[in-house]
Amino acid sequence: MARPSRTRITRSREWIYPPPPVRREVLDAQPEVDEGKPPVLFVPGFGHGAWAFGEYWLGLTASRGFPAYAMSLRGHGASGSAPRSGLRAYAHDVVQVATSLSRQAVLVGHGAGALVVTMALARYPARAGVLAAPVLGGFGTLGAALWRNPGGTFPAIVGGPLRLNRRQLFSREVPAATARQYTARLGRAAPLAQWQLLAHRAAEPPVGNPPVLVVGSPDDRVVSRSALQRAAARHGGAPLLFPGMGHDLPLDARWREPIDAILDWLDKSAAGADRGPLLGYERLEPDRVADPDRP
Amino acid sequence: MKEGPLLSETSAPAGMWRDGRPVYDRGDTVCVIGAGASGLAAIKNLKEYGFAVDCYERETGVGGGWNWRHDRSPVYATAHLVSSKPLTQYPDFPMPDSWPDYPHHSQFLSYLERYADHFDLRSHIWFGTEVVRAEPVGDGWDVTTRGARGGAERIQRYAALVVANGHNWAPKAPRYEGQDEFRGEVAHASAYSDPAQLRGRRVLVVGAGNTGCDLAVEAAQQAAKCWHSTRRGYWYAPKYVLGRPADQVNDLALALRLPLRLRQWLLQGMLRLTVGDLRRFGLPRPDHKVYETHPIVNSQLVYYLGHGRVTPVPDVARFTRTTVWLADGSSVEPDLVLLATGYLPQFEFLAPEILDPDADGRPRLHLHAFPRRYPTLAVAGLLQPDSGMFTLVHWQTVAVARWLRLRESDPQRAAAFWHGVATSPDRRWTQARVKDSTRHWFEVGHTRYLRALQKLLDDMSPAGSAEVAA
Repeated sequence: MARPSRTRITRSREWIYPPPPVRREVLDAQPEVDEGKPPVLFVPGFGHGAWAFGEYWLGLTASRGFPAYAMSLRGHGASGSAPRSGLRAYAHDVVQVATSLSRQAVLVGHGAGALVVTMALARYPARAGVLAAPVLGGFGTLGAALWRNPGGTFPAIVGGPLRLNRRQLFSREVPAATARQYTARLGRAAPLAQWQLLAHRAAEPPVGNPPVLVVGSPDDRVVSRSALQRAAARHGGAPLLFPGMGHDLPLDARWREPIDAILDWLDKSAAGADRGPLLGYERLEPDRVADPDRP
Repeated sequence: MKEGPLLSETSAPAGMWRDGRPVYDRGDTVCVIGAGASGLAAIKNLKEYGFAVDCYERETGVGGGWNWRHDRSPVYATAHLVSSKPLTQYPDFPMPDSWPDYPHHSQFLSYLERYADHFDLRSHIWFGTEVVRAEPVGDGWDVTTRGARGGAERIQRYAALVVANGHNWAPKAPRYEGQDEFRGEVAHASAYSDPAQLRGRRVLVVGAGNTGCDLAVEAAQQAAKCWHSTRRGYWYAPKYVLGRPADQVNDLALALRLPLRLRQWLLQGMLRLTVGDLRRFGLPRPDHKVYETHPIVNSQLVYYLGHGRVTPVPDVARFTRTTVWLADGSSVEPDLVLLATGYLPQFEFLAPEILDPDADGRPRLHLHAFPRRYPTLAVAGLLQPDSGMFTLVHWQTVAVARWLRLRESDPQRAAAFWHGVATSPDRRWTQARVKDSTRHWFEVGHTRYLRALQKLLDDMSPAGSAEVAA
């Protein structure tokens, strides 16, 4: 998948076939005092809904002064059903929710939700982007999933649901009963979106030059360490790693570490004050301009 | 660090003078004139590219012409967009899914207000401040401002100037023979805002632009009698064809790269099948092919013609005391004449030669945005597209921001690039041969124009030359 180096401005497909409107579930948690920090929007991966962030991350984010929102993509959680959607419709959902917030938002995507976030970043100038255990697709991901969980993965190839098991999603520190509860709540993405995970046109570069952070775990059974490094390299950095955690960072036993690190990074790089060009051009070191579409 | 309207902190003490008055140096700050839809996009994109921005707006709110509270706003109570959401919105700030395909003008204003808040643009805007003069000095611009309700003038020096003052506020009203004796009321459409102004009256609407047709429809609903005077036959496109917003269907034909002739044949065929032969309603046959005038999108006009609520009449010839005489020698006796005859772009704060006008006084700008002799000046939003406006304005202002950035970061490439701009010939960005008139000289076809902008943006991207090779 060659990565497009420029933003295409003639977007006929998006003009001619706008994704149909759908009801969207958005959970939120507000800080006690508005410190002017940017809102943070969490985007769950395939099968997960806003609830996955509602467990721990949402509350912690709000307690650290960020207005926190978690959404369910169409067809997930309590959002309206949309069995024929693809990645473009999901990215549209993210941009719709982000633009409904009162200030420029930070987008945090987990799993395949991180892929959706990269597509949303190509459309909406976010304050910053965070890709947590990003499943950016490709056949390598499929190979790993087939190897670990052939029974849960194979049906997805023929349009059935993708069923990840608790061994793939969680570390051993999560009690089996809790893990089973979580996996029982998992839904499924639309067949088209599942196939697009394998083969899709890679996202255009982010608009508005936001800083992007990649976090993950070297012990993730869905996303390999090299995949994390590749993802981070695309955005000119190295991944932030949390050994010992499973794929579902927001639900794992040590859920607090990655979200604290993400919010620390936001406090440093993007959240500061509410005014001025925070992601200013002058902040870019020359070697970070890997991306010709950036200024 | 500090930006926005806190002069005491930002301006260096005056070390320069102009005509005996101090000039405050704003350093690398870019000045944007107007906080309408184009100005807001300019502020946001300049800001995104790391520029400090000061914007001057003579009204007290954002939205320019779309803000119905403003004196010079041309919107009327029932105005809706004539292009559908996806082809109208800023590409990076879509309108909510819950809104209709063709939002009402008040929704559009709230959209602009949300855009300004979301990207924190208001802190860059000086409201109630008008620009009296903008004069080139060296590479920069001396901008003279004054409170919109008077007050002392103040001169500030900016590194660059983006003019986004809109082109739908200075009415273009024809003068007819005998108009002064006419005892009825003659008003420009800009003075019309509320259907109550029409109720029970005998109304003659002049002009078949989108406004003229909307007014004729409103008069059909409210007035005792409505005549609609048009100079020639037009194509009236409905808002929906094949169950979809018409502009989206049209863009399908564009995306398939169907040749113009074929698209004209298809659309004319479709209009013949759905709208029918307008001569049956007494309208003249269109004297041009479809796509050769700015599109008129109105589903209701033909409907009210069919109900006899609108009577089509030819061009106005002259007025007498009680009567309006028409080009074919017939006459009508209205008590209100509404001139929906359009608006003219006006740049009263710039010396005329700066925009390099042609014999008719029309600015000659590369891509309708870049004056060829002033690299630090750009005009945003001087477009009459066959789609919504704001997608184009967004990319226009991104190009402006990228250009100004390139000038700073890579003077060599910037010089080479500017040479290309300065020597580029004037050209039209429409495919069909568009009728020549005051509202058509800046008509653009959106796909063709965006393709030109794409090339401009790609040429200016930091890895530009390498990318072209790739």
